Amino acid sequence: MSNTDFVLAIEDLTVSFDGFKAVDNLTMYIDKNELRVVIGPNGAGKTTVLDLICGKTKSTSGSIKFRNTELTKLSEHEIVRAGVGRKFQTPSIYENLSVYQNLEVSYPKGRGVWGSLFFKRSEAVVSQVKKIAEEIMLTDFLEMEAALLSHGQKQWLEIGMLLMQDPELLMLDEPVAGMSAKERDQTADLLNKICKNRSVIVIEHDMEFVKKIAHKVTVLHQGKILAEGAMDKVQADEKVIEVYLGH
Amino acid sequence: MNASLSKLVGGKQGAIGLALLAALIFVVLPLGVDIFRLNLVGKYLTYAFVAVSLVLLWGNGGILSLGQGIFFGLGGYGMAMFMKLEASDPITTKIQTTPGIPDFMDWNQITELPWFWHPFQSLPLTILAILVIPALFAYFIGFAMFKRRVGGVYFAIITQAIALILSILIVGQQGLTGGVNGITDLKTVMGWDTRTDSAKYILYYVNGILLIGSILLSKYILNSKFGMLLLAMRDKEERVRFSGYDVSNFKIFIFCVAAMISAVGGAMFTLQVGFMSPSFVGIVPSIEMVIFCAVGGRMSLIGAVYGTLLVNYGKTVFSETYPELWLFLMGGLFITVVMFFPNGLAGIYEKYAKKIKFLRKFSDAQPEKAADVVPTNEIKEMGAKA
Repeated sequence: MSNTDFVLAIEDLTVSFDGFKAVDNLTMYIDKNELRVVIGPNGAGKTTVLDLICGKTKSTSGSIKFRNTELTKLSEHEIVRAGVGRKFQTPSIYENLSVYQNLEVSYPKGRGVWGSLFFKRSEAVVSQVKKIAEEIMLTDFLEMEAALLSHGQKQWLEIGMLLMQDPELLMLDEPVAGMSAKERDQTADLLNKICKNRSVIVIEHDMEFVKKIAHKVTVLHQGKILAEGAMDKVQADEKVIEVYLGH
Repeated sequence: MNASLSKLVGGKQGAIGLALLAALIFVVLPLGVDIFRLNLVGKYLTYAFVAVSLVLLWGNGGILSLGQGIFFGLGGYGMAMFMKLEASDPITTKIQTTPGIPDFMDWNQITELPWFWHPFQSLPLTILAILVIPALFAYFIGFAMFKRRVGGVYFAIITQAIALILSILIVGQQGLTGGVNGITDLKTVMGWDTRTDSAKYILYYVNGILLIGSILLSKYILNSKFGMLLLAMRDKEERVRFSGYDVSNFKIFIFCVAAMISAVGGAMFTLQVGFMSPSFVGIVPSIEMVIFCAVGGRMSLIGAVYGTLLVNYGKTVFSETYPELWLFLMGGLFITVVMFFPNGLAGIYEKYAKKIKFLRKFSDAQPEKAADVVPTNEIKEMGAKA
């Protein structure tokens, strides 16, 4: 496969679990500064695609190139270091650490054993933590134990932990699940803000929310792409309507 | 106190805790008990090294090793081999078929010192071996397990199996290791008689200093970013991995550090008690050490030392009167602690301390926090001791 201008180029990607193809010959390109939303019914393979990109699941065949670097052969931490951040479906934060520590631990320095032993809390770290905390609306909670945050705040904290690493590609799995209407709006604003200088892939079910954020929508069904394009175009697509309403 | 030192000991509260422990070890106990009992305390304090290592490994890292006896044993045997060789000079052992080798080798028709005993003729090499061999062994175990992402209960079982294998190996190879009796009749280090009262005092103090040193080293690790990552890995390993960290390297490292600290305890055990045997290597001692740590509080380095002293004091008292009952009692103690006081003595103390603070400025505290802090008199006493 030749090099491209895309941030992420997925080509002919297939993964099969005991013969069941969760992702089937998928080809997808993500542009610079694009916010792509992936939708689809349960079991369509949305989360699996993210798992494949970030290395949690190994592909059976096909290629994933991030800025023309092949990701399928890298281990998880190498993919992160290349510039890919991923948020999990359920908020995945360190409950026993403070909000500040959660963000600090995610700072991309001192990532080796010795580096972490002699890591110093420099001015740069502190200002980065404060900047991100401001962005994710948690400035007033920096000293609080993360376990005590509300569900929505935990989701934001995890997004903040990813922002600490300043990834070029950010992948968010259902970032507004369990959020109130107000929190959803705030999250939409947050996402619109953070995709200014990076590409973002979001998996989401909430169509109202998708409309607010998506540049482009990809509809997955049974591991394949059913439709791709602008939100209103996709929503009018007969195949999409059938898949969503047909069962 | 400058900032980095203050950070090292863990602020004012940490400094007070450490100072109290140091006062107990260096002043109160030596003045309060006779040399026989002090030597016994010294022996218990060697187990505290292992308990401290488990605070790092288990409490903070979430890696339960049921095989810390392996490393305690490796350290202890290293020192024992050196002292045995010194006690087996050709003149003392001239009645043997082969003079100059340890007596048990002679009894087992071995006529030449085995190759792996040779380095232990030198004290510097012995000290090096006491630190390096357990660390290397831990590195191999850790590499094999953690790189394959074996963890949790599987890791616990495998370490337990290795402890069992090692103790069986030592018992089986009587001619090379002294077998089930272990290595006994240890007398001197570089001509210095370790059995005299003055030597016992000196060794007790050396032991105490090394223990405090191990605690400080552990505190440094726990206060660094590494320590924060340990907690993070314990709670959400995946998140750490997907934040760009190679989780296995961190686990291997802390397992090696824990092994080295345990081995120092083992070496000090041999020096103070005068022998080493496989009964300090296998499953039972390894689990006992976990209990010491759990009782003291698996999150508290200092608590682990108190836990070790308390359980061993109990063991001494009870096993003199009801030897059969002791194991049941200890099992019951472990279950009680894990079920009702998951943070051990240190956890009880912390709750108790919080309650005092709450009473002082009850207007600031939250009411529901107070509700779960209602210690009975008994717990108060335990808390005060911790």
